Amino acid sequence: MYNFEYIRPESLESAQIALSTDATAQALAGGMTLIPVLKQRLNMPTALVDLSGLGLSGTKVENGYLEVGAMTTHAEVANSADVRMCFPALAAMANNIGDRQVRSRGTIGGSLANNDPSACYPAAVLATDASIKTNQRVLAASDFFQGMFSTALELGEFILNIRFPLAVRAGYAKFPNPASRYALVGVFVAKFHDSVRVAITGAGQNGVFRHAAMESALEDSFTEAALDGVCTPADLMNDDIHASAAFRAHLVRVMAKRAVSAALA
Amino acid sequence: MPSIALRVNNEVATGDVEGRTLLISFLRETLGLVGTPMGCDTSQCGACVVSVNGRSVKACTMLAVQAHGSEITTIEGLAGPDGELHPMQAMFKEHHALQCGFCTAGMIMSAIDLVKSNPEGLSEPEIRHGMEGNICRCTGYDNIIRAIVAALPLITSGSAQTWERADV
Repeated sequence: MYNFEYIRPESLESAQIALSTDATAQALAGGMTLIPVLKQRLNMPTALVDLSGLGLSGTKVENGYLEVGAMTTHAEVANSADVRMCFPALAAMANNIGDRQVRSRGTIGGSLANNDPSACYPAAVLATDASIKTNQRVLAASDFFQGMFSTALELGEFILNIRFPLAVRAGYAKFPNPASRYALVGVFVAKFHDSVRVAITGAGQNGVFRHAAMESALEDSFTEAALDGVCTPADLMNDDIHASAAFRAHLVRVMAKRAVSAALA
Repeated sequence: MPSIALRVNNEVATGDVEGRTLLISFLRETLGLVGTPMGCDTSQCGACVVSVNGRSVKACTMLAVQAHGSEITTIEGLAGPDGELHPMQAMFKEHHALQCGFCTAGMIMSAIDLVKSNPEGLSEPEIRHGMEGNICRCTGYDNIIRAIVAALPLITSGSAQTWERADV
């Protein structure tokens, strides 16, 4: 690891200054991706700005929304009474990210800001049309994710919290890579009063995406059987040593059915 | 260089570290606590697991500066002053839950966190899920699970109060 200056600001303003005055400074959340990347010398920030001193962790429920602070760890999301009661699909998802030690340190804000194409959280955020509040603005999920490892976050901008509209039913299923436990394919389904949204992670060439054909099929009938005839074009799928594009396209439907089943349970 | 102060195995530890110094390097090289081995160095194998504020963490994937102000327990902090083993250590010994022993410190630290976080008890699949972050290349998993199952009532029954010493 190349050396860097470590900065732990205690106000949003000083964090913003630290991150915007130095274009090669980088925000540090849980570090579960960033630290391994630095250890491989794949990145050389001059400074790491640790966001753990800003009071950004915790959950609250109000007016039909669940708000999760950016620095809330996966373990905290998985064990939060608020989340388990109002959005159990998110608690279940968090409890299956990485391993127990990753869940001790990794955060929802860090995961979203990294936008790994195989990460779980982006699917929950996109499928529920959650909004992402930063130190500068509020972004809709559909505007936030901009392709593999790419987001709308600009220089000096960092996530404060994520606000999830509470679905009537929701479920997530993933086919984990057996070594990394990242999603080879992960499908999140969210049923609202007048719509269904389906988001797929792990499978697409450009990161998380919505599946319009599945959404309309599930709006007609929110059942596993409704997905029987719905195809996923393989030419839009990732194709790598872990799974072929055709296998991923197949898994999208299998995982979508399991997600519907989980939502109905 | 940032100065850090933390508690390790109930003793105050301080030091000046570079931003890039990993927690495991601080534990092993600065404090001489070499019971926590560096395994894969890629946060996959779990050999380096220690307890940070009661949660198991991979010490190879945390900066020493991030541990400033925290309470850490390593494998050295488990046994009693007279050398009496922590119940989890004792059950690992009893159930032959180690062969080469390289993964053992991390296995034990993870298992204690898992059991303490679930005082209502754990099913075998829950134990296996909770231990996914620890790899044993001698493939001794079954005996490890048996040891954790056996240690569970010893740790959660309250009879293990004497083991709260290091607050893991």
